[in-house]
Amino acid sequence: MEQTNKKLVVGWFSFTCCEDSTILLTELLNTYFDDWVKLVEFRYLKALKTKNSLDGLDVAFIEGAVSSESQANEVKKIRQNAKYVVAIGSCACTGMPSATRNSFTPEHITKKIKDYMCRFDYSEKVKKLEEIIKVDDKVEGCPMNSETFLAVLYKYLKIFGVVKEG
Amino acid sequence: MHSGDITIDNITKIEGSAGLKVTVADGKVTDLKFIIKDYRRFYTEAVKGKPFISAPSFLSRICGTCSVAHLFASIEAIEKSQDIEVSTQTKILRRLAYNGLMIRDHALHLYFFVLPDVLGIDSILDITDNHDDLGHILLHDSFDIKKLGSDITEVIIGAAIHAPFPTVGGFLKLPDESKFADLSLRLEKIRMQVLRGIDAFYNWNPVLIRNSDYLALRNNQNYNFLEGEIVNTTGKRVPEEKFHDFLKSVVIPYSQSEGYIFSDDHEDYLVGALARLNLNKDLLNPKTKKDSGKYIDIFPSNNIHHNNLAQAIEILHCVDDALDILKSLKIVNEKPVRKPPQAGVGVGVLEAPRGILYHMAKVNEKGIIEDYDVIVPTAQNQINIENDLKKYFNENLDKGEEVLKWEAEKIIRSYDPCMSCATNFLKMEWIRS
Repeated sequence: MEQTNKKLVVGWFSFTCCEDSTILLTELLNTYFDDWVKLVEFRYLKALKTKNSLDGLDVAFIEGAVSSESQANEVKKIRQNAKYVVAIGSCACTGMPSATRNSFTPEHITKKIKDYMCRFDYSEKVKKLEEIIKVDDKVEGCPMNSETFLAVLYKYLKIFGVVKEG
Repeated sequence: MHSGDITIDNITKIEGSAGLKVTVADGKVTDLKFIIKDYRRFYTEAVKGKPFISAPSFLSRICGTCSVAHLFASIEAIEKSQDIEVSTQTKILRRLAYNGLMIRDHALHLYFFVLPDVLGIDSILDITDNHDDLGHILLHDSFDIKKLGSDITEVIIGAAIHAPFPTVGGFLKLPDESKFADLSLRLEKIRMQVLRGIDAFYNWNPVLIRNSDYLALRNNQNYNFLEGEIVNTTGKRVPEEKFHDFLKSVVIPYSQSEGYIFSDDHEDYLVGALARLNLNKDLLNPKTKKDSGKYIDIFPSNNIHHNNLAQAIEILHCVDDALDILKSLKIVNEKPVRKPPQAGVGVGVLEAPRGILYHMAKVNEKGIIEDYDVIVPTAQNQINIENDLKKYFNENLDKGEEVLKWEAEKIIRSYDPCMSCATNFLKMEWIRS
């Protein structure tokens, strides 16, 4: 693998989920930190930095399902700012298990649940990412499959000319 | 003197989403809202109607970082509902795996989230490539520490996140004993790096002192995250199954999570590593006590920032406890304890990395979950966090907005809050005005 002078501009976003893939990402940094700081600019990564920007993303990695209209709007905004979008983990790829409430029967919808759904802008159904925006790649798993993630990241490093085969 | 609103839409370097809104008028904080923003997934409702055997794995999905804590608390609650007594080997293996969780989880918080505050930079991504720089050394220490924590859990329970081996009654698959020697070697080697981290967090000493009410699990034999009674600062003790009686839940209208106060005096309180060190430091591993004496002498402490130092010391304790366990651990082939299902209620209380975690399972005679409740540490700390922030802002309004925001984030980060956890339970008694 030959390195060029470019960096891949990446955003990492979390919506409704347990953020296990973010935790796995921080575990991958144990091994790949020194390589990735040379190859990747994490322009948006709230888990690790305060100064974040959506501007000019090459790839947006999005974990979690979409629970509300405001989350859907955020996801659309990310899509507008990113050349490629990758769905990360089971909740983003399939909705589950965060979308469990979609199959609630009327007996499940207690007064307490109604209260929360009224106080905040919960959508009627929890949606997977693809139901809101176009998704270019998926890394499935709960948490994400790390080998697949590394392969997808490498794919975009090549697409954007950050590394060359060699 | 600052006046008007101070808003942080997204508090960073924490698990999950939270915000802060502070209103200042006439030189005083007139309103402060710490807002947990993660949307609820209603898992405690969703688990109703499922066979109990499936509940722990499902509920481990409450949280990515402390999934092992939810897994074990759920297993314990269900085992108690079924009067299942597990083997000594199962208890030891759970304890060893839990050491791995604590090592990895605390190291993530301390080195990835808090270390930039110590160094006065935005992010670990800004740490220089200078190998002599303390930030560089500590960050690279953290890679070894975190990896070792994850590898312990992977060897013992199959994975660091959503582990597949543990089940009600024991283990679906037992660990491979041939991997223990390597873990022991690495644990011995890591002690020096862990001690370097303790020293760094000891030497970093911001101060915020307000509350002095703490709650933690205490086991009189040893420093134990999994077994004990719940004790508070005044010495009041309750068994695990009475934990709910200790607390009163409070609905906070702007937050996706309820808060908690003591049921008797309606005071706020704190759970987590600081509470554990304050109430249990006499029980730490003897080797940990010997090698970190001057750091331990700080406790009991009412400085919330010492939660970081307490976590750093707990990493060393977990390393030493894991070493002690591995010295004599021999795996005996055994199957999980199983019985025909019975109707019953069980409670599992343990110390998650961020503090006391409570699971309650009500099971019917067919083995189906009829009711479930979870109380997590971040929800318990929520009101304490707000009151600490009010004190900080009221005493520092002469500072500029950027400083106030950064300091507020540092205070919140010191609690190591987790919003994914905080939005999964549904008790409600009182609306806070």
